[in-house]
Amino acid sequence: MKPFRKHTGVVVPLDKVNVDTDQIIPKQFLKRIERTGFGEFLFHDWRFAGDRKEYKKKTGDFVLDAPRYAKASILVAGKNFGCGSSREHAVWALADYGFRVVIASSFADIFANNSLKNGLLTVRLNEEQVAEIMRRSEEIENYQLTVDLETLRVEDGRGFVATFAMDEFSRHCLLDGLDDIGLTLQHEADIVAYEAKHPVRAEMKAILTLE
Amino acid sequence: MGETGNMPLRTLFEKVWDSHVVAAPEGQSALLYIDLHLVHEVTSPQAFDGLRANGRRLRQPLRTVATVDHNIPTTPRGLPITDPIAAKQIEALQKNCREFGVPLFDMDSAEQGIVHIIGPELGITLPAMTIVCGDSHTSTHGAFGSLAFGIGTSEVEHVLATQCLPQKKPKTMQIQVSGKLAEGVTAKDLALGIIGRIGTDGATGYVIEYAGDAVRGLSMEARMTLCNMSIEAGARAGLIAPDETTFAYVSGRRFAPKGKDWEDSVTYWRTLASDPGAQFDRVIEIDAASLAPFVTWGTNPGMVVAVNARVPELKSFAQEADRRAAEQALAYMGLSPGTPIEAIAVDRVFIGSCTNSRIEDLRAAARVAKGQHVNPKVRAMVVPGSQAIKRAAEQEGLHRIFLDAGFEWRESGCSMCLGMNPDILQPGERCASTSNRNFEGRQGRGGRTHLVSPMMAAAAAIAGHFTDIRNWRFN
Repeated sequence: MKPFRKHTGVVVPLDKVNVDTDQIIPKQFLKRIERTGFGEFLFHDWRFAGDRKEYKKKTGDFVLDAPRYAKASILVAGKNFGCGSSREHAVWALADYGFRVVIASSFADIFANNSLKNGLLTVRLNEEQVAEIMRRSEEIENYQLTVDLETLRVEDGRGFVATFAMDEFSRHCLLDGLDDIGLTLQHEADIVAYEAKHPVRAEMKAILTLE
Repeated sequence: MGETGNMPLRTLFEKVWDSHVVAAPEGQSALLYIDLHLVHEVTSPQAFDGLRANGRRLRQPLRTVATVDHNIPTTPRGLPITDPIAAKQIEALQKNCREFGVPLFDMDSAEQGIVHIIGPELGITLPAMTIVCGDSHTSTHGAFGSLAFGIGTSEVEHVLATQCLPQKKPKTMQIQVSGKLAEGVTAKDLALGIIGRIGTDGATGYVIEYAGDAVRGLSMEARMTLCNMSIEAGARAGLIAPDETTFAYVSGRRFAPKGKDWEDSVTYWRTLASDPGAQFDRVIEIDAASLAPFVTWGTNPGMVVAVNARVPELKSFAQEADRRAAEQALAYMGLSPGTPIEAIAVDRVFIGSCTNSRIEDLRAAARVAKGQHVNPKVRAMVVPGSQAIKRAAEQEGLHRIFLDAGFEWRESGCSMCLGMNPDILQPGERCASTSNRNFEGRQGRGGRTHLVSPMMAAAAAIAGHFTDIRNWRFN
């Protein structure tokens, strides 16, 4: 996994609550069998008029397409970001597009988990802080934030400073870009012991000779 | 957590959780053992690729079960898959299952169906298990008193490789539903009523336990509908303590325990109910008598009102962000505030999905459709959740009732719940749907989805608009 320590980048405001993963990456793009190449379909139905990206782009009414936010790598959005479907494709699309951080007052559980596995940092701030970042990113051209996972601080160098919380283990995994399957496999002896006490049910063995 | 003497009082969730902790390393998430991993074509290919790239094997083939459901057509099975990308994804699953030794209920299997339908149907889903799937509606299996939750593809890979998942322990919420659901008010309406009250993030970070007389009175199929929608309130999992209703459903199913194993299992399952006095982090009380048949009016399941109510006025929203969201939702839905729900005409009707495609759902819809005709302006389809349900319905003659009334009777799959196959809405089309999400574009780009129960969907198909099932004249 890509480690995350500290990132400075342009902020783009998506002033909507309950942004669901169907919007982040619509279902017509879930048939790809790779992890890559989803970025161009990010928020597709809000950004493009046709069914394919070659179709006419909507006339600049979506914030991501405003030239001033073209280089954005930090997304700030309303509460309950990433709700709905468990599709990790939503995180792949955000990361592939170039986002390193999403800031909101709350995130859906599965989305937050998926982000963690892909080095995309989800930062929870309170609603006032989120509103302030939204306001500044709308008013100030090329508005940037620095998000530091070592100090758990968000600041803009213009007087806005906020701290955020993250459980220590998740932070450790992100900072070092750890392979968590590898971490689990360090418990091989515990897993073997658990499996010895909880064998597969006899009836399930027939499932291999089904078809 | 309360205590009596030295024995801590535990909730159902805590009992299931505790019995699956493999390791609890200091300063880390607990490592949970996963009893059953369900796999489908959309969220698994990258996980199998990950195994290959790292030279890892599948740890427990007998705890892994796959089927194809999300993007398969619901036209007769002999016809080819016209979407080449969908076909490629299905082939990838077939190839991965062969290579790694995963049991697969394939397209042509007599047991194929929606992953959350076939697990319970085959007796693969049992009480007291941990169950995961790369699909948020895995919460369905909580109806059996199992801890069942959706995961992303990285976690799918994790479970394939280790049969374990590191998990932060969620908080607990009890939803107590007192009284009895009225005639015409179903588990779907209970689910929509709960989400309408607590919001689509009302249970984020929690596991829900549904309890109370109204929940005890539900059949297993209705309990699955209720638990299925837990994720729409933000909860990864929703559970119901197993009882006689549960045991009667599971008993004798193909992969369920038999003989002495069965007796021992039931004895254990009886110990799972939350201890009286066990503490929940949050308790919500609902009176079943306050519920009605519900219809969503907006673009998330929390935007919902009773069928005899009106589309809400914008000024009724206290928060500015919610008001703006409602305004955007109404613009997308092509609705005006104050419109009576029963005045909203529909173009399409979809009866199906892991929420509402089980045999009882089809019986309820058929009871409404019997001797009636689908409104000529409406196209209505019934998509059974599995091949077994389709066969059972045909044995009972339900398909005849639907076909005679002008409904399409199709093959099993996820179908128009998410429109990954050719079953989609056209832009602007309005649909009464028994599925679980009314998000923008969910059933087809520009499509407008209203979530309802199977009876309400069937009634809308016939009337051509939403209508209160409590006033229906059954034939």
